[in-house]
Amino acid sequence: MVNIAFFVFAAILLASAVRVITAKNPVHSVLFLILAFFSAAALFVLIGAEFVAMILVIVYVGAVAVLFLFVVMMLDINFQELRHGFLRYMPVGLVVGGILAVELGFLAATQLIGPVEAAGGPTAIPPVSELTNTQAIGHILYTDYVYAFQASGLILLVAMIGAIVLTLRSRKGVRRQEIGQQLDRKRDQVVAVRKVPTRGGV
Amino acid sequence: MATFPDLIPALPEIFLAVAAMALLLIGVFRGEGSLRLVSWLAVASLIGAGFLAVTGVGLTGRVVTFNGLFVTDPFAVFAKLLILTASGLSIILSINYLEKERVARFEYPVLAVLATLGMMGMVSANNLISLYIGLELQSLALYVLAAFKRDTVKSSEAGLKYFVLGALSSGLLLYGSSLIYGFTGSVSFERLAEVLTGTPSLGVIVGMVFVSAGLAFKISAVPFHMWTPDVYEGAPTSVTSFFAVAPKVAAMSLFIRVLVGPFGDLTAQWHQVIWFCAAASMIVGSLGAIQQKNIKRLMAYSSIGHIGYALVGLSAGSQEGVRGVLIYLAIYLAMNVGVFAIILSMRQNGRAVEEVADLAGLSKTHPLLAFAMAVFMWSLAGVPPAAGFWGKWAVFLPAIQSQLYGLAIIGVIASGISCYYYLRVIKVMYFDDVTEQLDRPALLTGAVATGAALFVFPVYIFFLAPITSGAAAAAASLFGAR
Repeated sequence: MVNIAFFVFAAILLASAVRVITAKNPVHSVLFLILAFFSAAALFVLIGAEFVAMILVIVYVGAVAVLFLFVVMMLDINFQELRHGFLRYMPVGLVVGGILAVELGFLAATQLIGPVEAAGGPTAIPPVSELTNTQAIGHILYTDYVYAFQASGLILLVAMIGAIVLTLRSRKGVRRQEIGQQLDRKRDQVVAVRKVPTRGGV
Repeated sequence: MATFPDLIPALPEIFLAVAAMALLLIGVFRGEGSLRLVSWLAVASLIGAGFLAVTGVGLTGRVVTFNGLFVTDPFAVFAKLLILTASGLSIILSINYLEKERVARFEYPVLAVLATLGMMGMVSANNLISLYIGLELQSLALYVLAAFKRDTVKSSEAGLKYFVLGALSSGLLLYGSSLIYGFTGSVSFERLAEVLTGTPSLGVIVGMVFVSAGLAFKISAVPFHMWTPDVYEGAPTSVTSFFAVAPKVAAMSLFIRVLVGPFGDLTAQWHQVIWFCAAASMIVGSLGAIQQKNIKRLMAYSSIGHIGYALVGLSAGSQEGVRGVLIYLAIYLAMNVGVFAIILSMRQNGRAVEEVADLAGLSKTHPLLAFAMAVFMWSLAGVPPAAGFWGKWAVFLPAIQSQLYGLAIIGVIASGISCYYYLRVIKVMYFDDVTEQLDRPALLTGAVATGAALFVFPVYIFFLAPITSGAAAAAASLFGAR
């Protein structure tokens, strides 16, 4: 059952990854990227890494991919033109791809020749069956590493202040809703009764 | 089940963090025009944190808390005291400047306090994780401050340049940290000090060099100094006055702690790196400043040179060397705060000027200011009997005791060369004709400049003994922990 699920998700992941770079419409590319992230998250769940899966969905799908979508939709970039030099850059891409393929081959070879598990490779303490990843991280993040956790919060606060300091401008002449003013005004300040003569106009 | 961590050792930091957030709230609620109030409250909270740090709330000696992430010892307290003094004086100096430059926004003191908090975290780091987090808290706030005058191209450029290069240096530091963790299996300084004995593996050495490179960037030691002149020139002058002292003290203290603590037994390995940085910084600092016409760029090269002199003490690798560096930093603080107080008051018809030539004839228009500047220049050049001489004495003596004759000779030659441009400033002030008169300095700025000048000569004589004994206790605490 797990095997079937793995192959289904892996197939979706690969297919959507291919579509990311082949789709004509950049918006479709980003949507396929999101699909790829979801499939990868499903694969992580299958190997018991539920924390990484959730982070992938929350951070990459929730924030990064949506940001991409905004950028693609808001910036008027001619993607056809960007593809122009495709043939020129293909050799470089092939070399990088080739290196990656060789590295993957090495990895597979070492697994076949001498599996890491047999050589006493790393295992989780305590085992995943007793304590899930999320629980394990929660146990130390808010206790052993509470200092780092709180200080990171301060760093994010600085980032927020910085973004506001560097970009917020108070523009003149912007009409804002002032509820206090709206409620405060009296009838005779805003309504004037005029006697309009017949056929005279105001 | 983990126990609740002991918060008392980190009380100054916690106090400052809460104060920074309270200041932010006050600023937001009071809106524009709250710079003055928030600045003075920021100074008050820095004094409060300093009080907590010095008294230690009854703690003495070395105390570790937060599961070994945080340490407080006499070394940290000494460095924190310097950092808080420098930050407080810098905030006081910046109030007038920001109002005159029309960038009077309350976020400035808040960011300065948060940067100070990061620096205090740096000097109290006892783990590669807390090291990095303190460093980032400091740096991120400084990037924003460098670009604070966002409507001028120079300030934005300075902020961007500092940000990009700072991110690069953080990357180097993290890469080094990951190598060290990979080869030793620990990020705790105490554990690293236990593991790293004898001949270390190549991976650890590479990692250590990367970490050193990241930290050398923060103290702007050659060859990682390229950003300094541009950022010093482009950033608003009040920010430059902040950059020149507090972050340098913090990064230098962190550098000392990292090299003496976890890598204490690898002295033979890091010694050559520091030797080269020290020699190159002294040479580049003294030669680079000769051509400078802008006084902020001049001070940038001057600070590169001074970091070189401070590194001489570190490269000795001995307890006396570390003591010398701490004394040097204390005296460097007083000199630089004073010089920047005078640079901040350089205005012609309300417009800020920053060329050395604008000081022409200062002795006729503002004799007191010119005299103070002359005292600082003598002291920076290291001419006795000014305080700067004793700083250099404190770092060169241990170097000679450790048989670093080459470094000492380079240092003395570099000092000689640097005399030229320091004395040129005095020559411009005393012998050139007035081109355009400088405005009267603000009362507060003048007071800080006068106070610093009096400290540099002759009041420092009374403080030399407490500073020396404090620095000695700090260095002893660092070496005693090994």
